[in-house]
Amino acid sequence: MLDLIIFYFAAVIAVGAAVMMIMQRNPVASVLYLVVSLVAQAILYVQLNALFVGALLIIIYTGAILVLFLFVIMLLNLRGEHFGGKQSRMGRASKIAITVILFAEMVAIFKQVAIPERIGTQAAAVAEDFGSVEMVASHLFKEYLYPFELTSILLLVAIVGAVVLAKRDKTEKMEDA
Amino acid sequence: MIPIGHFLILSAMLFAVGAAGVIISRNLLIMLMSIELMLNAANLAIIAFSRMNNIVDGHVFVFIVFAVAAAEAAVGLAIIIMIFRNRESINADNFSLLKR
Repeated sequence: MLDLIIFYFAAVIAVGAAVMMIMQRNPVASVLYLVVSLVAQAILYVQLNALFVGALLIIIYTGAILVLFLFVIMLLNLRGEHFGGKQSRMGRASKIAITVILFAEMVAIFKQVAIPERIGTQAAAVAEDFGSVEMVASHLFKEYLYPFELTSILLLVAIVGAVVLAKRDKTEKMEDA
Repeated sequence: MIPIGHFLILSAMLFAVGAAGVIISRNLLIMLMSIELMLNAANLAIIAFSRMNNIVDGHVFVFIVFAVAAAEAAVGLAIIIMIFRNRESINADNFSLLKR
């Protein structure tokens, strides 16, 4: 019973903060609402016995990715830019309708694809160390060693790509002068 | 304990909100944040299925998705910085040259 109360508490915060995030005009407020939503999602991860991944969610997302977002927002210094306002009421209503249809479709897929008798019931009890650092690490470094190593290459490529994209073009400047 | 279906419905809800953010918002930064939210909704579904089947492999996938999300944010923000430098704007309505 207490589990269910905590679930609904976290779920309402996660969805509510996500809705607030997309309604904001100010990107800084938007980032902060996303932080609230992600911390609520971390509570849900813990409820699913995913302690390690839940901790990683907070450390990586709120600690690294969203700080990067905030940093870029401050760097861009977006004062006086206007967003929206031009959108017609009809256009916005149709977009929301599309979203609702998408949600209904996903629920239908979950109902069809996933085995109903297992989804409706409570999950079976798991081992004490399910989702612990030790268990996840042993899977990561034994069965999934190659994907893990490929991840490091992906990150390297992303770093190089980000630097190349964000760097000022020297030849362009020469032409200006 | 909570039925796994609850988590799946919640993940579908978060994904739909993220999709709404991408198509409704005109701010490139908020669009990128909505994409991050959609990735997280998928992660929640993976964790829920992993719990349902009592397999830890889903946690490993989520770990790798985190790395992908970080890479995506880095490259996406670099693109936004470049666009802002060239156009002095991050309003998606201003980037409609292909429409004309």
